[in-house]
Amino acid sequence: MAHNGTREHMLELRNVHSYYGAIHALKGISLTVDRGEIVTLIGSNGAGKTTTIRTISGILHPREGQVILEGRDISRTPAYDIVKLGVAQSPEGRRIFPRLTVLENLEMGAYTRNDPQGIAEDLERVFELFPRLKERRNQQGGTLSGGEQQMLAIGRALMARPKLLLLDEPSMGLAPVLVETIFETIVEINEQGTTILLVEQNALMALEVAHRGYVLQTGQIVLEGAAKDLAASEMVRKAYLGEE
Amino acid sequence: MNVELLVNQLVIGITIGSYLALIALGYTMVYGILELINFAHGDIFAFGFLFSLTVLQFLNLEYPLSVPQIISILGPVMVLTMLAAGLLNVFIDRVAYRPLRNAPRLAPLITAVGASFALENLFAIWKGPSQIFYPPYVPRVDILREWLGIDTIIGFSTTDLMLLIVTIPLMILLSVFVRRTKLGKAMRATAQDREAAAMMGINVERVIMSTFFIGGALAGAAGMVFGLYLNTGRYLMGFEAGLMAFTAAVLGGIGNIAGAVLGGYFIGIFKALSDLYLPSEWTRAVVFAILVLVLVFRPAGLLGQATQEKV
Ligand SMILES: Nc1ncnc2c1ncn2[C@@H]1O[C@H](COP(=O)(O)OP(=O)(O)OP(=O)(O)O)[C@@H](O)[C@H]1O
Ligand SMILES: [Mg+2]
Repeated sequence: MAHNGTREHMLELRNVHSYYGAIHALKGISLTVDRGEIVTLIGSNGAGKTTTIRTISGILHPREGQVILEGRDISRTPAYDIVKLGVAQSPEGRRIFPRLTVLENLEMGAYTRNDPQGIAEDLERVFELFPRLKERRNQQGGTLSGGEQQMLAIGRALMARPKLLLLDEPSMGLAPVLVETIFETIVEINEQGTTILLVEQNALMALEVAHRGYVLQTGQIVLEGAAKDLAASEMVRKAYLGEE
Repeated sequence: MNVELLVNQLVIGITIGSYLALIALGYTMVYGILELINFAHGDIFAFGFLFSLTVLQFLNLEYPLSVPQIISILGPVMVLTMLAAGLLNVFIDRVAYRPLRNAPRLAPLITAVGASFALENLFAIWKGPSQIFYPPYVPRVDILREWLGIDTIIGFSTTDLMLLIVTIPLMILLSVFVRRTKLGKAMRATAQDREAAAMMGINVERVIMSTFFIGGALAGAAGMVFGLYLNTGRYLMGFEAGLMAFTAAVLGGIGNIAGAVLGGYFIGIFKALSDLYLPSEWTRAVVFAILVLVLVFRPAGLLGQATQEKV
């Protein structure tokens, strides 16, 4: 990945602390994502991966530290404005609107946009990536299978034509074949020019497609580096790749 | 059993049902998004009655009005009333509910009752505590008997027609709005998953505001139409109408828009039939009985969706 020292990062978290009431979920996270990268965030259950995503997207605001998007502090920016700035997400648990059709779900993804032409193009692109969604476009979101809902959640995020795509466990609950497909699609989306921050339980797969990665443990980053190096590191192999 | 009499009550039921449905929509839309029962909603209906009456009195018109006058005067007054009622509902949300958005559910329920009391007392100061006369601006002519010369006991008058001409298109308009427009879809999305809606870039607070505005405007229209139709009201009229409309919303499945309309007509017809067999003081008891029965045996209502979210 080309690192341009003079250019700012696409996304930077500086010493971010996030809380749920009294629960201190993120204890000083610092990370960067550069234009064109796939960066992965791995860690076990409850490490704070989803919290990090929620803090970036403004659903949660950090109590301390900054979230900086293209040089601009968005720590206090409301979630709906952050989408306008070019950050979209496929959230944990998919969060499909169950009683909107597939097509309406996708339209909601494009909510902040006002270019019907571009929206129509992106709809075609999403249908190309996920032909299954095209077949089911008039079906209610809640009636889709888990895998189809995952495709819809990713497709819906793409409809925002984001600069930065946040994916929270896109492979969760999917059959192995489908996991392959989803990861191939992630690479394809990235190659088409979208920067991606990928949260995954499936560390092996995530490190295979990512350029760089961070390992999160109880709200802190304990390891970071090139994806290859992380995959080779003893700590990651033991903790997350299930090796003895 | 006399068929004509039954049809006559049915006509009355449909007329009553039309304005009840219009009020019920506001209950159900707000509940759909906030899971809040806006107790003050019935009072917005009363506000529509009082506000439109005040404007019409200020215009100092001779009644009944001619057809061109009905269109050129009552039309704009209705629009103004809807605007004012919508804004009042938005104001109530701002003052009584919005500060409690993240509080336990009981808190906004209490402020809702408070808002309702406050409005009712303001109305009593505004127009006095006794029965209020709403002049018959729309002439009442019996269409079947007087115009068509049909010998029947079925009464269907120009005021019935006026009520249907106003309420039914409003309901159709709302339904099209919610299904087809961007804001309408955003309302449904917000009702289904508020946080996910925010992740789509939807300004949830603005959607909530629009919901209160639209619900209030519909109730305001219902209040004015009610005045033109019945020619009488009282500062507490919102309480009774609100109770019936709320029951209609619960009966149809609270949160469900088609359900509110269906429930409105159901309650309207039920009331008309109960008036046929029971003294009208019983209406309230009958409606309460329906409310209790629905809550016990079919809490999701006629069209209510069982909450079926996939994990
Ligand atoms: N809504 C909440 N209220 C209170 N605590 C929460 C809430 N959500 C998460 N937490 C806590 O914050 C910590 C981080 O949770 P988070 O969801 O970010 O973990 P995660 O890394 O995404 O885990 P998983 O892999 O299981 O999804 C956990 O200890 C969790 O219990
Ligand atoms: Mg998580």
